[in-house]
Amino acid sequence: MDKLKIRNRLAKDKALLWAVCLLAALTAVPLFAILGEVFLRGYDQLSWSFFTESTPTAYKAMKAIEAGEPIPGGIANGIVGTLLMLGMAAVVAIPVGILCGAFLAENSKNRFAQTVSYLTDLLQGTPSVIIGIVVYIWVVVPMKGYSAIAGSVALFIMMLPLIIRSTEETLKILPASLKEAGLALGGNRARVMLKVQLPAAFGGIFTGVLLAISRVIGETAPLMFTALGCSFIRFAVDKPISAVPLLIWEFFNDPNLQELIWGASLFLLLFVLTLNLLSKYLAKKWNQ
Amino acid sequence: MSDKLYKILLLAAALIMPIVCGGVVYALVTDAYDAFEHFGFFKFLTSSEWSYTEGAEQYGALPFITGTLMTTLLALLFCIPFSLPVALFVGEYFKGTKVASVLSTVTDLLAGIPSIIYGLWGFYTLRPLIMALDISPQGSGVLTASLVLAIMIVPYAASLSSEFIKMVPNDLKEGAYSLGATRAEVIRRVVFPVAGSGIFSSYVLAIGRALGETMTVTMLIGNTNNIPDSITSTGNSMASIIANQFGEADDLRLSSLIAIGLILFLITAFINMIGKIMIKRARIA
Amino acid sequence: MEPVTPILEFNKTCVSYTKQTMAVKYVSAAIDRNSITAIMGPSGCGKSTLLRAVNLMHSLYPNIRVDGEILLNGENILSMEPIDVRRRVGMVFQRPAPFPTMSIYDNVLSGYALNGIRLSKTEKDETVERCLKSVALWDEVKDVLNKKGTFLSGGQQQRLCIARALAMKPDILLMDEPTSALDPIATAHIEELMKELQKDVTILIVTHNMGQAMRISSKSMFMYLGELVEYGDTAMMFSNPSDERTKAYLTGKMG
Repeated sequence: MDKLKIRNRLAKDKALLWAVCLLAALTAVPLFAILGEVFLRGYDQLSWSFFTESTPTAYKAMKAIEAGEPIPGGIANGIVGTLLMLGMAAVVAIPVGILCGAFLAENSKNRFAQTVSYLTDLLQGTPSVIIGIVVYIWVVVPMKGYSAIAGSVALFIMMLPLIIRSTEETLKILPASLKEAGLALGGNRARVMLKVQLPAAFGGIFTGVLLAISRVIGETAPLMFTALGCSFIRFAVDKPISAVPLLIWEFFNDPNLQELIWGASLFLLLFVLTLNLLSKYLAKKWNQ
Repeated sequence: MSDKLYKILLLAAALIMPIVCGGVVYALVTDAYDAFEHFGFFKFLTSSEWSYTEGAEQYGALPFITGTLMTTLLALLFCIPFSLPVALFVGEYFKGTKVASVLSTVTDLLAGIPSIIYGLWGFYTLRPLIMALDISPQGSGVLTASLVLAIMIVPYAASLSSEFIKMVPNDLKEGAYSLGATRAEVIRRVVFPVAGSGIFSSYVLAIGRALGETMTVTMLIGNTNNIPDSITSTGNSMASIIANQFGEADDLRLSSLIAIGLILFLITAFINMIGKIMIKRARIA
Repeated sequence: MEPVTPILEFNKTCVSYTKQTMAVKYVSAAIDRNSITAIMGPSGCGKSTLLRAVNLMHSLYPNIRVDGEILLNGENILSMEPIDVRRRVGMVFQRPAPFPTMSIYDNVLSGYALNGIRLSKTEKDETVERCLKSVALWDEVKDVLNKKGTFLSGGQQQRLCIARALAMKPDILLMDEPTSALDPIATAHIEELMKELQKDVTILIVTHNMGQAMRISSKSMFMYLGELVEYGDTAMMFSNPSDERTKAYLTGKMG
């Protein structure tokens, strides 16, 4: 009787282990399914011209399909738009985010800092589509038109909390002795932060920035209401501009351009996942 | 740089958060005001009418609130049977091993995939499958959207809950083993009760993610402005109606969409706040 | 005197964490029934490792190997199911760790809950009262049985953990430096308690406190670098150690 009961419990124990392993392994399936599908359907579209030419018009694409030729053109307008907006957003978000993160790390007990910290969580949890609406109200309406500036403001707002958090957390885990030693040597607060703490925290902040970029680079909804999209390469900041995820959305909705979806998605996916893996790798390396 | 200037600089940078957040709320409230004033706040919340015939415009948020709640709760339901095993795998069974770090890299990458690509995959792979299985004729709908949404929130729920499972003190586990418990019994009687509040809060935060997820839902839910009458029927979520109609809307419809945005903002803010408070409590305990 | 099977016998027991190094080397010893046996030695000598081997704690960690034999009532536990062995061998750890999500009452009965054994309400009440009385905690907690065990003082928590182990009616109770996290008064309580418990259960205790070994144990082992250097009567060992290393340790010339 007792033996039987023990066997029963051990069987249950084993069953749980197998169930956990099986279900955990199943969780990995979507990743490979998505990677596989996007890769298989998209890899033959990637060519030099895919990265150097702009999106074709629906008419051109239709002609090409009728003639049985591959659709001409590429996603250069999207790549340029993404890089331009991302660059503008990052140039502001990185310094402001680092300073704000430093503020939080230095004043963790003061009430204002706690409010700021709470608001950072709030902003980080806000759905990106709402950021899109708000930037539309802030920027698009007063400027009377969609623009690269509006798009980069949206990206800026989404990057900001991520950079603030990673800066704050990295600074907080630095040994207190580091700061004390710096102060003891006669440096003032600013110089210690600039010459001692920030350099020591560089790794964590850098990976935080990479992660922030990889998070916002694939954002579509907020750009739909701010940057709108544009079918040619443009560098003007006050005019509508394209972005890679916007192009994917466009291709998805236009039957004539559907063939281009997978190449664009593959490019975006590789870019995002590489940034992700890179930041993870760097975080591990710098932690040692 | 003097200490004084340095302090002012940091303070100025920190001021950006109240400004941005205040601006978000201010913009949403002022622009949603028209809709609330025209229809009345509670009428807007409870009306299921969404018609833009000129002169007889009627807008209500109920179908989209329902759609959001349905997709979110279904996604949560589908997510648990996978995120919990992943959390146990990483945080308990294979804690600190190579396989665990491989699995958590995999889930990290899942979290990194842009939502528009999830939408594409759902549209081109899952939707035909749903049609082939005769679950719903059009393939898109609440169920399809929830399934993909579930995959998207697994990483969030799993990585946070595994963190709490990892924190269960070894003393307690050894104590339970020393009394003759199997691992399954230790997990059920010690690990889950001790890590419970942390695990729960990670699901609250996962809900917060799912509520506002836009592109995936927009591409898969079918985009009809009715209250979904079953899980296989089509509908719209708060985020997807905005994504669908914001570009073409003006005047009262625009204000109504912004009002829906405000409601969505308040719901996610509330859920996230609860989640964060619970996480903080669980970390201290 | 007729020969009786010792309750516990180590037979060339070895424990290794890696292929090259052995934490416990060929320990052989027989433990007397209803006695208190102390295991002493400088830190890192393998005393805890040896003790944990009796409860098969090492089987929780895949890279630890236990070789040789450990006989419980003549049966080699190394070839038995760990969950079966652990029910018969109670263990008390260094730091008191009652289950924080359970009440005091449930903590005492946790062994049954964990093993999926159902008890009737009267059996439960009876077990809780008996065990808490035997660790002299009953009077202090009988009115707060439904409170969480974590509200108790350190010494009370440790007694609760002993009660938890006793509830399973083990043949032998292993104690791994059970008082090292406690203050002197709580320590005295626990020592007194052990002497009481000795009537019903065999106790094997690891201690780094020589005074404690002298006060409570009838026999002592002295381990050094994984080897069992000396095993014998406690009083004898303290007054006249046969090995130089034991002598050095007892006179404080060694860690």
